[in-house]
Amino acid sequence: MNVIEHGRGKPPLDPHLKALENEAIHIFREVAAEFERPVMLYSIGKDSSVLLHLALKAFHPGKLPFPLVHIDTGWKFPEMIAFRDQVVARHGLDLIAHTNPDGLRDNVTPFSHGSARYTDIMKTQALKQSLDMGRYDAAFGGARRDEEASRAKERIYSFRTPDHAWDPRNQRPELWSIYNGMIRSGESVRAFPLSNWTEVDIWRYIQAENIDLVPLYFAKRRKVVERDGMLILAEDKRLELLPGEQVREEMVRFRTLGCFPLTGAVRSEATTLDEVIEELEIATVSERQGRAIDRDQSGSMEKKKREGYF
Amino acid sequence: MTALTSAATQPLPLDDAHITDPQAAKAGRQARPLRFITCGSVDDGKSTLIGRLLWDTKAVKEDQAAALRRDSTGKQNELGLPDFALLLDGLQAEREQGITIDVAYRYFATDRRSFIVADTPGHVQYTRNMATGASTADLAVLLVDARAGILEQTRRHATIAAMMGIRQFVLAVNKIDLSEYDEAGFQAIARSFREIALSLGVRQVTAIPVSALKGENIVLRGDDVMPWYTGPTLVEALEKATQRTGQTTGFRLPVQRVSRPGEGFRGYQGTVAGGSIKPGDSVVVLPSGVEANVKAIVTYDLVRNAAVHGDAITLVLDRPVDVARGDMIAAIDQRPQTGRAFNARLVALSLDGIVPGKRYWLKAGSRRQRVMVRPTSALDLTTGNWDDAPFLAMNGIGVVELDFEDTAIFDNYETNRETGAFILIDPDTFNTVAGGMIDGKRSKAGRFDALPDADRATVTLPARLLEAFLKTEFARAHAGEIRVTAPEENDGE
Repeated sequence: MNVIEHGRGKPPLDPHLKALENEAIHIFREVAAEFERPVMLYSIGKDSSVLLHLALKAFHPGKLPFPLVHIDTGWKFPEMIAFRDQVVARHGLDLIAHTNPDGLRDNVTPFSHGSARYTDIMKTQALKQSLDMGRYDAAFGGARRDEEASRAKERIYSFRTPDHAWDPRNQRPELWSIYNGMIRSGESVRAFPLSNWTEVDIWRYIQAENIDLVPLYFAKRRKVVERDGMLILAEDKRLELLPGEQVREEMVRFRTLGCFPLTGAVRSEATTLDEVIEELEIATVSERQGRAIDRDQSGSMEKKKREGYF
Repeated sequence: MTALTSAATQPLPLDDAHITDPQAAKAGRQARPLRFITCGSVDDGKSTLIGRLLWDTKAVKEDQAAALRRDSTGKQNELGLPDFALLLDGLQAEREQGITIDVAYRYFATDRRSFIVADTPGHVQYTRNMATGASTADLAVLLVDARAGILEQTRRHATIAAMMGIRQFVLAVNKIDLSEYDEAGFQAIARSFREIALSLGVRQVTAIPVSALKGENIVLRGDDVMPWYTGPTLVEALEKATQRTGQTTGFRLPVQRVSRPGEGFRGYQGTVAGGSIKPGDSVVVLPSGVEANVKAIVTYDLVRNAAVHGDAITLVLDRPVDVARGDMIAAIDQRPQTGRAFNARLVALSLDGIVPGKRYWLKAGSRRQRVMVRPTSALDLTTGNWDDAPFLAMNGIGVVELDFEDTAIFDNYETNRETGAFILIDPDTFNTVAGGMIDGKRSKAGRFDALPDADRATVTLPARLLEAFLKTEFARAHAGEIRVTAPEENDGE
């Protein structure tokens, strides 16, 4: 068997990124070796793209020894779904897309049910259904500790009960880089290879490794409407304008991608990776500022995580 | 950044000029981040200290600052500052109780260096989480309250940090403003801490009088109020710290998985845990003892001509050998120790402590095996003495004997922190119940050799019978009086 090389002529990673990459690959291999049915959660965003790239590196020259799961709420940006399908085809990935059938039946939308209830049904419950159906005992996720205060508390192996509940007060000690993967039937572990990465690390790595991203991350003139202090993309017929709202065209991009009605764009002129990184380095707000679901109340991310959300 | 050494001592105002320094983010790309922990007794102000550190190094974003101001409502102190601890104590229970339960990892940078800080809990019941943070740290910042001085918990944390190989301590004597910036009091605390540190084998201690709340000697100097202090600020001390190296062994590759994507390719995947390797080098596979040469080092990017400590690689050997997960590929001329009996130090992390004679799972690198653990002595934190002890209570620190059912492969922790460390897993609960550090291979022949010749008998047994004999209660009870001469070194028979 020939070993394909991907890196000819590419400058080496700086020591900081190299160390992060090595750590992530180590975690991927450890989980794949210790668990019977691992799966990777793929959300199409920048962190997922880095996660997938690292997974390909970890198991090279073999294929990924696990499938990918995408929780499709039905409200993702259309560009995301197109990008997902391209990536799956290019790497020959085994992708399982799952939508909560109960939510579909009851026509649960971000507009009709509010962001909290919608997120619970279409994301948290959907995720649990999907993990249960596959009887997965380990799920890779792209969460980073710098995202949010309760995530800063997560272990790299985050233990979950058979109900997918996380108990932040009773986490296993995690010493050195020795991970305890022993669980009982029904229990599972969420594994976070990107735990020690920051947003800037993610972008620098994308640049250094030339990783493809959904075009929404780069600035372009797009139709938007201002709602609850967020710039919402107005390119989907399902978005009903409220009285007084006006669609404008503005130069915007996204710092984080989720469901289009709940993810705010930022005004930006950054059309290339270099410009995005430059913009990020002088940014005065954190990336999650554009996420509606984080703003419900202080501690709401922890609550969602306890209930089984990533 | 000249601002870091300016003489400003006023508490920083909450204006936007102090939020997010564009220069800071670009810093420190040329080395891996310095990892440090903050520890010490509860209420010594650790979370406030790190919150202050993040704030003053401009790592707090506007929306986070706004949330902090919002959440601080009603908790504002007399200086009109937000409650910095809320930046760290991200769990509801922590906020309700005003304590840190679990480690929070935070990332920040100055123009000289990037840092990962683990804010670890002070409460005795959460010592396991402090040990978690210490295991990967280069440096420990120990906080004491200037009014209270050194407490048992300070000593416990210093001991755990030192045992885990941390050789640089910063003693932050906090709340110095509440002791009227008393120099004599500060010096007395620094002196008694240096004595403790010396007894633990730590040679580098930097003592700094600080007020985390007011931001004095954290990032900005406190010259106005403490003209008598001429040493570094906390940030300066962190910028000058060295990274731990701590491994002096030859090549080590604990095998995580065997990659066989198709006919003709067989690679051993793992992270280099010591030394370096290049094609053509001779290696030994342990425990089997089979020797081979390295044919290729494969990574996704390149077929490489060398790999060094820390690299995640796939190794191809020049001949078909039997290698499995849990094996170790090592330098042929600098082998780790193999055997069935080792001495180690332990930190007990679970409620039940460490039960003598109980069989635990031990995981070291990628190798998991059964082990019997026998505590022999425990550290008395009030006296600093090691007392005989057959049992290790929760949060206890002790010396133990490890007896394995099959060959174990280790280096001493002193020479390699990766191949010398292990965790213990309770077979009943699957919880991680201890972290351990290897102190060397133990000869089971100690007491045997002390016997007069007339009392010794030599019995020859086939290997399989010997296995069975060694597992009997009799053999265990008399383990110290039995010397096994051949199979110990010949486990791959």
